[in-house]
Amino acid sequence: MSRRIHIPRDAAARSVGADRVSAAVAAEARRRGLAVEIVATGSRGLYWLEPLVEVDVAGVRHAYGPVTPEAVPDLFAAGWLEGGAHPLALGPTADLPYLKGQTRLVFSRVGISDPLSLADYRAQGGLAGLEQALALTPEAIVAQVEASGLRGRGGAGFPTGVKWRTVRNAGAGQKYIVCNADEGDSGTFSDRMLMEGDPFCLIEGMLIAGLAVGADRGYIYLRSEYPDAWDTLEAALRIARREGVLGDDVLGSGRRFELSLFKGAGAYVCGEETALLESMEGKRGLVRAKPPLPALEGLFGMPTVVNNVITLASVPWILAHGGAAYAGYGVGRSRGTLPFQLAGNLRRPGLVEAPFGITLEALLHDYGGGSASGRPLRAVQVGGPLGAYLPASQFHLPLDYETFATVGASVGHGGIVAFDDTVDMAKMARYALHFCAEESCGKCTPCRIGSTRGVELLDAMLAGRPNQTNDDTLLRDLCQTLLEGSLCALGGMTPYPVLSALNHYPEDFGLAPKGKEDPA
Amino acid sequence: MSTHISPPAPDGAAPQAGLLPALHRVQADLGHIPDAAVAELARAHNLSRAEVEGVIGFYHDFRRQPAGRHTLRLCRAESCQAMGGDALAEHASRVLGVEFGATTADGAVHLEAVYCLGNCACSPAVMLDGRLLGRVSPASLDALLAEELPR
Repeated sequence: MSRRIHIPRDAAARSVGADRVSAAVAAEARRRGLAVEIVATGSRGLYWLEPLVEVDVAGVRHAYGPVTPEAVPDLFAAGWLEGGAHPLALGPTADLPYLKGQTRLVFSRVGISDPLSLADYRAQGGLAGLEQALALTPEAIVAQVEASGLRGRGGAGFPTGVKWRTVRNAGAGQKYIVCNADEGDSGTFSDRMLMEGDPFCLIEGMLIAGLAVGADRGYIYLRSEYPDAWDTLEAALRIARREGVLGDDVLGSGRRFELSLFKGAGAYVCGEETALLESMEGKRGLVRAKPPLPALEGLFGMPTVVNNVITLASVPWILAHGGAAYAGYGVGRSRGTLPFQLAGNLRRPGLVEAPFGITLEALLHDYGGGSASGRPLRAVQVGGPLGAYLPASQFHLPLDYETFATVGASVGHGGIVAFDDTVDMAKMARYALHFCAEESCGKCTPCRIGSTRGVELLDAMLAGRPNQTNDDTLLRDLCQTLLEGSLCALGGMTPYPVLSALNHYPEDFGLAPKGKEDPA
Repeated sequence: MSTHISPPAPDGAAPQAGLLPALHRVQADLGHIPDAAVAELARAHNLSRAEVEGVIGFYHDFRRQPAGRHTLRLCRAESCQAMGGDALAEHASRVLGVEFGATTADGAVHLEAVYCLGNCACSPAVMLDGRLLGRVSPASLDALLAEELPR
């Protein structure tokens, strides 16, 4: 009897040798005359254990990791096909605490099945949301999304239902669904994992969006840094067209939807929705002034839904289970789940999908296991390069849009980058301004000039020029200008990391620690 | 040359819409965007050469000059910094004897900074000719360079 062995084809798992492990498993099985079927899956998101290999033992998947090619003969010798004991054995995958505590709605299939098998996708609940949507009126689809409380997962947190309703009400004529897959924030990889691990889920979400607003054309704007995701999506689109999921007659409904890929070209600012649209039109990725909203005048001047990968991938679950079920998770006005991404200096980095309201403490310690270096965690950046740095005194905060806004921080795309106590926060603040200068599209003055002046100012401060207090005032003043005067989030949010570093770690800037600057 | 340039303008919308895909194709085939291609792309998309140059200049991916035979992209973003990315960058620059954004004298390797490869849970990360690598140390980078780029 052929035994099933699951090995990820996820880019990050391959980056640490999953392919070589796969080849070693095939070779060793051949040598021993054993029939094994290797299934290439997405990643479970337990990256410190990658390459993570799962052996199917009587229908229960047993995990082994991190597996090296050299360990493979030994694993066979230990009888891993029967779930045999071995130093790398982790027990049944589903019982791993890291996975068990999660609420995987969007990531329910990632790491489990072959991402390019439409049959597996259906068997695991795929296409149920689309079938539901095909039976509903456009108005009823929008109502479900509104009831779910889903907000844009790219970072802005704008209510998805409101955006869809605007596009739906924008009259007849050509409309577009554009998926923003320009996941450029450091510390984020959930879009990549989803596209590589469950591409049909994104396709299904875009189809539902098309039905809701009356669009029959969609594009996925994918960053060029993700070649594996490109290949997976390209293959998935081919299969979806062949199987009648896409095309002139979606699942035999008579409805039409075409979907294509568009490759970005390494500009971070194109993750901003209007710059992204300019880029798709073949232009420099310059941010557009709003209004007009892309929902009314978007791609080629037509009403356009621009949503992030995870936003769109949340929609099939919402349609299949109902908006109210999704809204049953979360806290306050942050409903549902967010796939948090644990990165940087952590012992157990990976993907944790959890309802809003989980604390940083739980993510960093219960899941993340504290720092990889063994040193104390000193700062955590939440929400990418435009997100604030939070000190340990704020680790108790629940992660939801509103709570984070009250402390001058943002949840963003759910990326969490941890730093130990060797980090120099003045250097990180300088980096934030330098990054803004590198990536500014140049359209508005605060961002184009302010970022460069900020770098110069910080360099002067760090070189120990005597009038540091004055520099501090100038830097804060500059940040205020960026906050209030920039056209988009790049200039408008770069002050978050800078000001949070300045406020929480003044000693790194050669300034008196907080509360000590005024002895009176 | 013209085989590279078939603008797939979506729904026959603005002719310029095919420009980025066309630039990607030219660069994939030739390694850079030569003068002749700029002129031809301008004609094909009903643009001035200056407009095409403007687009090329805006995006980090496109280059007007040939680079090295191999491209090593090293992530300089926050997550990789938190895991020793700066030391790795200094090491790469030193062993290759080249600054970021430049090509080694023998034309073998072009060293580039990149801001996030989406491999933040396996930091620090590099990409060699489109192949992603994670948990890279100075020693494993040396081994990779020795194995992949015998010089």
